[in-house]
Amino acid sequence: MKDLALSALDAVARRGVTYADVRALQIREREVTTKNGKAGHVSSSESMGIGIRVLAYGCWGFAATDDLTPAGIQSAAALAIEIAHSGTAARKHEVSLAPEQKYEATWLSPFQVDPFSIPVDRNLTVLLAVDAELRRVPGVSLAEASMHFERRRQVFASTLGSLIDQTRCLTGAGFAALSYKDGEIQRRSYPNSFGGQYQLKGYELVDELRLLENAPRVAEEAVALHSADQCPEGQASLILDSSQLGLQIHESIGHPIELDRVLGSEANYAGMSFLTLDQLGRLRYGSEIVNVVCDARLEHGPGLGTFAFDDEGVPAQATDIIRGGRFVGYMTSRETAAAVGQARSNGCMRADGWERLPLIRMTNVSLLPGEQSLEEVLDVEHAIYMETNRSWSIDDKRYNFQFGCEIGWEMRHGKRVRMLKNPSYSGISTEFWNACAAIAGPQHWTLWGVPNCGKGQPEQVMGTGHGSSPARFRNIRIGSAYAG
Amino acid sequence: MQDSAEAIFGQVVDAAGALGVTEIEAIVADSDEALTRFANNAIHQNVAEHTTHLSVRPVIDGRTARASTNRLSRNAIREVVAEAIAIARLTEPDTDLPPIAAPAEYQRVDRWFETTARATPEERAHAVAEAIRAVEAAGQTAAGIYSTGESVFSLLNSRGVRARHRETMARFSITAMAADSSGWAKASACDRASLNPLELALTAARKAAESSAPRELPPGRYTVILEPAAVLDLVGQMFPDFSATAIRDGRSFLKDRIGQRIFGENITIHDDAGHPLQSGAPFDGEGVPRKRLALVERGVVREVAYSRQAAALAGAAPTGHGFPLPNELGEAPTNIVVAGGETSLAQMVASTERGILVTRFWYIREVDPYEKIFTGMTRDGTFLVEGGCITAGVRNFRFNQGLMEMLSNVEALSAPVRASGEETYDMVAPAMKAREFNFTEVTRF
Repeated sequence: MKDLALSALDAVARRGVTYADVRALQIREREVTTKNGKAGHVSSSESMGIGIRVLAYGCWGFAATDDLTPAGIQSAAALAIEIAHSGTAARKHEVSLAPEQKYEATWLSPFQVDPFSIPVDRNLTVLLAVDAELRRVPGVSLAEASMHFERRRQVFASTLGSLIDQTRCLTGAGFAALSYKDGEIQRRSYPNSFGGQYQLKGYELVDELRLLENAPRVAEEAVALHSADQCPEGQASLILDSSQLGLQIHESIGHPIELDRVLGSEANYAGMSFLTLDQLGRLRYGSEIVNVVCDARLEHGPGLGTFAFDDEGVPAQATDIIRGGRFVGYMTSRETAAAVGQARSNGCMRADGWERLPLIRMTNVSLLPGEQSLEEVLDVEHAIYMETNRSWSIDDKRYNFQFGCEIGWEMRHGKRVRMLKNPSYSGISTEFWNACAAIAGPQHWTLWGVPNCGKGQPEQVMGTGHGSSPARFRNIRIGSAYAG
Repeated sequence: MQDSAEAIFGQVVDAAGALGVTEIEAIVADSDEALTRFANNAIHQNVAEHTTHLSVRPVIDGRTARASTNRLSRNAIREVVAEAIAIARLTEPDTDLPPIAAPAEYQRVDRWFETTARATPEERAHAVAEAIRAVEAAGQTAAGIYSTGESVFSLLNSRGVRARHRETMARFSITAMAADSSGWAKASACDRASLNPLELALTAARKAAESSAPRELPPGRYTVILEPAAVLDLVGQMFPDFSATAIRDGRSFLKDRIGQRIFGENITIHDDAGHPLQSGAPFDGEGVPRKRLALVERGVVREVAYSRQAAALAGAAPTGHGFPLPNELGEAPTNIVVAGGETSLAQMVASTERGILVTRFWYIREVDPYEKIFTGMTRDGTFLVEGGCITAGVRNFRFNQGLMEMLSNVEALSAPVRASGEETYDMVAPAMKAREFNFTEVTRF
């Protein structure tokens, strides 16, 4: 693969470019699912190709191909430069990049058990055992369980002289129980919606998740929701479990801090951001206990946003985003860092495959743990506790959001007093984070994987990481999804 | 490509035969896609991709699995066949698994156009530059995309199915941004010649200008006039539920509602892969011909999609809407045609005493799966209509709206067009005027 990357780089460099980089990728995936006692989707795939990005005539050009013959590579190289030249028809200024060093490195994400060494029938045995536990509970009408494994080896080569060989191995697993009764559908997922938990780990994650052990409780909750009271409408203290809080971070902090979005690159599709450049260092984003980082380093944990180098050859970094409640940082690329006068990219450029251009994407955007115990977070006179995402929506500048969860509980003095179905809450991003009253400590902190973040045209789907522990927020609008 | 697909399938059959497997299916696909993206009145992302795909699915004594690759060397084909057979053999037999599909005749659809397939980066860039100039002339900032591409999809199996579909697709979308407002327009077509980027740019610029200085209105129930893209993105959310498998699983809002009138009598919806404004193949993921379905007739749910497996379980006939096996979802209609009416958008505005005109919706997500309530935001051109005229732009609303309620409250429909949005696949849909639409919150812009 190194030879492939270097030959493609040579093919564009000899045509004359200001800068070029090449990513040669080999991707292997396996998906195993079950549904109501049977294998659902059993598949494996592999894909290999190159993406060639050039800066020529002051414009970007990108061409990707899986025709890896010398002729195919030459053709893609020529096309990338032709595309860059076409950009001069609508060029306002020449692209400039923040400086970066040359790196030569080889990196393999750590894992204990290669998931591809586990045979499919063993995957199915685990999932079917979970499935049987779920359907053992009367009232469960649909049981679904899944595992996903992925290994990506990428060789990055650039005209800076960098040559980076990076392999990432990730695993995901989870299950859901659905119950239909009398014109109502209720669902509970474990350990999260969107297929469960995903991390930069091997098969050991499947064992860590204790799927079988949690199946009866989750199935019983799905059925019990039919008899629960509807979540009331009004203002209340809100306590979120760490998985829902992870998605809250993703939508109301992670996306707004993408500097390409702030600068207008995504205006036609994903939208822009309320975090205009004048807000940096000034905006009171959250209460004083809110501290958020964007951290792609392995030290932060095995997240879907963990790597050694981003997809334009910049080393993984940790960046403060919110410090003591104040907004202090964006996620950047070499181009956007230069555009706002920053000395260096903080390494957030990622592409979802060899055929797509790197974009600024979340790495691991995490809320740092607080100093309270879980009991202190829960211990308030009255609150609504919500768990596991069911729906999520936010406007195109990331102000107004509404989330629904699978299950809620009315809490009094830290005790659950009744189950609530169809819970939801809504608000304005900065008002919500400024209402943060308590965050549980590091023993309750989990680095969640969101596997399905969409952005860009053509759309790219990226995995992102979000660390969080349960937290409490004051005076939040609840029940809004069923209002009116 | 057909010849090469046939040759590739010959290698697949040989490789499977060497492993003792005779029942096998292959999908061979090839595509070239290019997209010129612009923002801040300049081209900023400009890409092209060539991709190849081979996936194979054996059926072995009631077992199946799929393996895919994008390498087409003789060795790679042998490897992917061996992988598919190996993992299929590790599954348990499923008595409901149908054998590989038999050959059938397909409706002829002509959806490949030379002008689209041969579009160059220069041609896209010049069209983009012209669109940008139109928006700049209005003192605004443009962002958008112009994409062109072609694809060939072949499905072949050991019972003799030889299904092939070749298609081109061009898309242009543009957002025009003014100081405190924005406007949007988008179109897609198999034939690039039928797109008019300049006209779309002028529409977006006009919307941005007319929605400047937006007023903040209180949330509440309003009469809405939904442009076709807004109808598409919201109504399009419900069609995965028109699936026999989804109904059997209890995850469809149509469970226990087939044959009932759940929408107004002015709502009629078909799935029609042969409609002249539609795109896509005339066969499904198993090679079954797509039938025209009357999903909703005068408000009554009549037909739903059946894959071969779902049909066998229900004692019904397959409709040609199955996804490639194996999968958990079964099937869904994907060539939606919503019947229209005779009221133009201008007439809808003129007949509205007080209401909201919506250009597009954004970030639509399901709130309640059985009541079919969705939430989302308005975006890029939301207007107040008073006394039969557009009088102001308004700050964007959040809605929480049940689709059965909305489609029971439709007062007028325009002629249908090919509509393109961002939240679901393209479909043929009219503009709609509906009363009592539920806006629950207002955002800051």
